[in-house]
Parts: sequence; structure tokens; C-alpha cells
Amino acid sequence: MDASGSQAALNQGPFAQTTIALAGNPNCGKTTLFNALTGARQHVGNYPGVTVEKKTGSYTLENHRLHLVDLPGTYSLTAYSLEEVVARDFIVKERPALVVNIVDATNLERNLYLTLQFMEMGVPVCMALNMMDVAAAKGIEIDVARLANLLGIAIVPTVARRGEGKESLMQAALDAVRQAGADGRRPLEITYGPDIDPVLKQMSAHIAAHRFLTADHRPEWVALKFLENDEQLRCQGEMADPDVVAELDAMMAPLARHLKQTLDTYPEAVIADYRYGYIRSLMAKGVLRQTADHSRLEISDRLDQVLAHRFVGPLLMLAVIWGLYQFTFAVSETPVALLEGVFGWLGSLVDGHLADGLLKSLLLSGIIDGVGGVLGFVPLILFMFLGIAFLEDSGYLARVAFMLDRVFRIFGLHGSSVMAFIVSGGIAGGCAVPGVMASRTLKSPKERLATLLTVPFMNCGAKLPVFALLVGAFFAAHQALMMFLITLVSWAGALLVARLLRSTVISGPPTPFVMELPPYRWPTFRGLAIHTWERTWQYIRKAGTVILAISVVLWAIMTFPRLPAEVAQDYAHQRAAITDSQASDMAATLAQVDFHEAEAALRHSLAGRMGTALEGLSRWAGFDWRTNIALVGGFAAKEVVISTLGTAYSLGEVDPEASTSLADRLSRAPGWRPLTAICLILFVMFYSPCFVSVVCIAREAGSWRWGAFSILFNTVFAFGVAVLVYQAGTLLGL
Amino acid sequence: MTTQNLRSMKRHQSGTIAAVTASGELGRRIRDMGLVPGTTITIQGRAPLKDPVALRVMGFTLTLRNNEADYIQVEVDN
Repeated sequence: MDASGSQAALNQGPFAQTTIALAGNPNCGKTTLFNALTGARQHVGNYPGVTVEKKTGSYTLENHRLHLVDLPGTYSLTAYSLEEVVARDFIVKERPALVVNIVDATNLERNLYLTLQFMEMGVPVCMALNMMDVAAAKGIEIDVARLANLLGIAIVPTVARRGEGKESLMQAALDAVRQAGADGRRPLEITYGPDIDPVLKQMSAHIAAHRFLTADHRPEWVALKFLENDEQLRCQGEMADPDVVAELDAMMAPLARHLKQTLDTYPEAVIADYRYGYIRSLMAKGVLRQTADHSRLEISDRLDQVLAHRFVGPLLMLAVIWGLYQFTFAVSETPVALLEGVFGWLGSLVDGHLADGLLKSLLLSGIIDGVGGVLGFVPLILFMFLGIAFLEDSGYLARVAFMLDRVFRIFGLHGSSVMAFIVSGGIAGGCAVPGVMASRTLKSPKERLATLLTVPFMNCGAKLPVFALLVGAFFAAHQALMMFLITLVSWAGALLVARLLRSTVISGPPTPFVMELPPYRWPTFRGLAIHTWERTWQYIRKAGTVILAISVVLWAIMTFPRLPAEVAQDYAHQRAAITDSQASDMAATLAQVDFHEAEAALRHSLAGRMGTALEGLSRWAGFDWRTNIALVGGFAAKEVVISTLGTAYSLGEVDPEASTSLADRLSRAPGWRPLTAICLILFVMFYSPCFVSVVCIAREAGSWRWGAFSILFNTVFAFGVAVLVYQAGTLLGL
Repeated sequence: MTTQNLRSMKRHQSGTIAAVTASGELGRRIRDMGLVPGTTITIQGRAPLKDPVALRVMGFTLTLRNNEADYIQVEVDN
């Protein structure tokens, strides 16, 4: 917008930085184009103050480093959703030198609606007319030169999937930045009809005269947004100059009355009609030609006839989720075993080369077992994310939302809640943190709150290893079936609790469900790779930093305070007595003493005391003090449950042979049976979200009260469920 | 040519939008997606539980709940 500023940036010589924003509708291929342009030179962060993901990258051309910012995908620039506010604010506040508007050529009319709104803002625009190959296949012919001429902007045809046209696009963008610097901005002049135009003109003049919000905006745009009843700009206006707001309201009032009386409509509706009218007039001027038969069913529609079919659709949906599990477990089996082997080897290496003592104990029980237990599941998580990314990028997840909306509404949620649930682990393996953030796309505060409070019940990537471990130990013959049942149970729990919340603490009416079903697309390899890698890397990073630190802390609270000297001495005497006796079963008896000492030491430690104190209560759900310690650790991060159990059991065991997997140990441990495993699975599924999620919930819900609520409510709920199942199961003799 | 409610339209039935009576947030959302008077639509299908409804609009597919479709009047081709 600030033409002189962008010009100055260009004049700063080699590698001067010019900011270019990439904007467009959801599903227009924007992210694919961004990936093609920036490759691996990407940075993922957040927009300041909000949790909308901000991707930035760079592209070098003629000694200019173009700084590319991927704006969130939006259909419009109202203040309707957070994405729209973020996109708009970025353009207003960061003043990119240019907006590269990515337009889906197969869907030109609706995509141009956003283009018009950028041009109304007065920001320099250059267009990437994407998916030209798909358009050609569908028999859509676009006269690019004519459209460019009519809109007065540069337009470059692209095929983002194959990277076609990206060089010419960046060249055109650089030229457009230079031109914007040379002859200033050139806002689009369109008519909004005989009713709106005169009022718009009058208001613009008034706004210009009072310099009302003109530091950041064109007067015409401010007037237009006031006519559109834009809440965000209205708030800014009230703060800047309430008198001008009142005067503008007075100018608009007769228009609104007139429109209501004569046409039963609103100014914002008329403005939208005229925007689309303008777009249709462009099409009528020979921009668009449809050569193929219009009634011909497209591949996507034909797929939907099966995939979204009334009876077949839901069955296929279950089959797809089931298939995802089969794929994940089958493919990751070998690498998981390989990694376990590596950590087992590391453990035996340390065991053989170090003398018994605190350092060896720290390395073996704190670090290798702890981090190894978590990293061992990386292949599982990687393939699960790959599967989810495939479903997401192919367009299938939107069909899931479509098919399930009616069901979600019963529970006081929204079809779009599906995304938050799935990201959180609705198809097991997500993470509640991005899931809670994904709930931001929900406009209604009540549905959003219900969603973000219940998504932590989903099976996130951190709970998955816990479940996989328990299922592997106790239900080895039915792994896939059990994991599938676990997913169904977590959904049932989340939905019932959502219904409960929506009819008690957060009651209120539902929000609109206006959603696009994007055409099915074969996901690009690069898109899948980036998507999968980002999520897996987040997991690994968490394992390498937070989990390592927590493993060490937990090792410490499980080691200190150490047994009093006289007790330790007592065990030493016992050992000496056995050695002196030279009995035939000496080795076994000695080992027995070691085992008792280790167990006594753990019970004596801080963690042991906490676990023992809670045992009186937790026994109702079948949990002993070791499990209690693990569950307390799980509040830090759910995967810690495994590493803590690993540490707890290797400390309590005679021979800390690293190659024995934790699953083996658990299945042999006294007090453990399938019912105990089921109760632990249920408890881990429903109890307090990890503290990172709690922080996010508190921030998204806007109050720490909701953060505290999710800790207390979820834990009480989980405990109730676990106790019920354990007691019922015990009565039935399970 | 008869005008009828979007909700009552059958699968594969086509028509031209005559009026959108929704205001506020829902109205804005509907218009942003191109559902304005003069737009041609075709009912593509309904979700397994008959709600929401999927429509073909200007070359893409859009979904609406039945109670939202109530705000849209369509001149139906016979």
C-alpha cells in the first residue's frame, strides 16, 4: 500500500527485502504454490497475538530477496472469521509491497470475489491463475490477456502442482512492485448501483475531510466497510472519533430504510450482489468460455456418488479409518522394532561399560529408557501423520465433516468441529494443541468452547504409544481391533461430554454451516512430505527437549531421597549373610534381596510417597502406586506415562536388561491383567490434558477458569469411568 | 418457472436463486460463497442423514444445513 516504501525497499541494492503476501481462497492451491516457490526455505510461526499459523519463506530474483508470507485462506475480507481478520490486518499493518492473489481457474467467479476486495482496499495486486491444467481438462477456456486488461493487473497462468509458471509469476510480481512504486496505486472503480453509489461518495468525502481512519485505509474503503456493517472497523472508528461514526450512521440510515422498504434487503447484500454482478459482466465480455458439455459429471462428483453416498459413504468412512490403522501398524512394525533394538543396544553398552551407581542409573533409567521409549514410536507417528495428511490434502476430510454434521449437531457441536477433533487425534495420532487451535475456525463462541474442551479426549500422538504399549502387552492378538475400539470409545466420550456441556455450562443456539467440498485431488508428494515432517518433527523436538528434561526430573524424584543408611546397611548385611551361606540357590536369593531393596528405595522416594498416598483412592480403579507416578508424570506430557512406567519397572526389576521391552515386563508384572490395562487406557484417554494443552485451552477460551475446569473436570470424569469399569469388571470376574 | 424453497428441492434439480433473505452472519457467509440472486444452482445430494445438502454453484460444491437453505428462494427449471 505504501508505494514509496516499497520503492525505497527496491532501491536498497542487492538483496533488499520486499514483502509479498500470498492470498487466496481455501483449496486454490496456495500452499502448493508457496511450497513450490520457497521449497525448504520456510519458517512456520504464528501471527502476533493469535494462533493462526503464519508461514513465511523467501525467493531470490535479480538480487532481490522476495520475502513471501502465506496468508490464511479466505473467501472474503469481512471480519467474519479470524482468518479473514488476520489476512486483512496483515495487509493493513505490515503493508506488503504486493498481494499475489492465487485464483483457482476452475472456479474463477467465486475466486474473483476476493480479488475484487483486495482491489477495493487499494493494495497492488498480481494474480496467479492456478490449476490451468485442470481447467483445460474441464473444457474451461480463459482469455487471460483480456481479464488482465479488464482488471488492470498482471495475470500469470500457473500449475502449482508441477511448479509451472512460478518463475514468470515472481518476475511479474517484481515488475508489479516496481510499477506500483512508479505510478502509485490504482484502485478498482466498480459501481454498487444507484442506491449505494451516491451515499458511498458522500461518506467517502466526509471520511476524507475528517481524516477518519485514513492513516491506514482509503476513505472509499472505510465507507464501504461501514456500509457493510463491519464490526472490526466500526470498533476502531468508535475509538478514533465517535462523532464521525454517528455522522456516518446518519448518512447510512435513510439508505438502509429505503432498501428494507423497497427491496427487503440490506446495504451489505446489495454490495455483494453488485460485486458478483461486476464479475458476471467480466465473464460476459468473453473472459470465460465453456467448451465441454456442462452437464457432464466430473470425476469428483462421480467419486462423491460413492464416497458420500447415503449408505455406502459412512461404511466406507469406517473402512478408511480402519485402513489407516492397518497401514500405520503394518508399515511401522519393522522400523519400530529396529529403533527398539538400537536403544536396547545403547542400554547394554552403558550397562557393560559403567560401574553401578547414580550416573549409570541416570543414563539407563532416566535418559535411555525415557527418551528411547518415546522416540521408538516415531515411525508409528510418522506413518499415521502421513495417512492423515493424505486424507486432508485429497479433500476426503471435508466429506467426513459433511457426512457427520448432522451427528455433531445433536451433540451441540458443528460439522467443522470434526477438523479440531481429527487434528487432536480423532483419527488417532494428532495432537490436542493444534486441535485446540483448529477450533478457532468456529465462529460461535459456544460451539468453539465445547469443541476445545472436549478435543483433548481424542487419542493424540502422545497417548497412542501408551495405548499401543498396553494393547501390545495384553491384547497382542487383536491390536488393530483394539486400537479401533479405543478410537470409537474416545469419540463417544467426547461427544457425550460435549452434549453435557452444551446443555449445562455452555448452552445456546447453533452457528451456520456453509462449507465448500473441494474437488478430490491426488495430493502432491512435496505437500505430504512437508505436512508429515512438520508434525513428526514437532513430536521429536518435544521428545528431545521437554521429555528429556522431564525424564531426568522424574528419575530424580524416583531416586531421591535415598534409603536411610541403616536400611541400606540392613540389605547389605542380608546379602553378606546369603553369600556366606553358599546355598545352592544363592544367585536367586541375592536377586530377591536386590529387588526388595530397589522397590523399597522407590517407595521411599518422593514419587513413591506421592504414588503410595494416592493408592488408597486409585485402588478403586485398579491402579497401584507405580501407575500413579506415571499418571502424575503424564500431566507434563502423555508420552511420559510410558517412560515413567519404564523407569519405575526397570528400577524395581532384578536385572535391568535393556532388551526386555516394557510390554513384556508389564504383562508379567503382578497385579496387571487385561482389565487393569483397559482401565488405564480409559483413564489416560479422558483425564486432564497435558499442561501445554491446558495453557492453550485457557488462552483460546480467554480465561484460566476454563483451563482449571478442564484439569479438574476431565480427571474426575476419567476416574469415575475407570472406577466404574474396574468394579464392574471385577464383579464379572474379569 | 416456479419459485420454491431450497430445502424442498430434489436431488439433481436445478434453478436460479431469486432471493436470499438471511441477514447478519449467515447472510454474509452465504453471499461470500456466491449464493446471490441470479446464481444458478443444482442440488448435488444430501448427507447420509438427509442434512446438510450439497449444491453445485458456479463450478464448485457447497454444503448448507436445511434450516439455512430455508432462507434461499429458487426459481426452479421444470
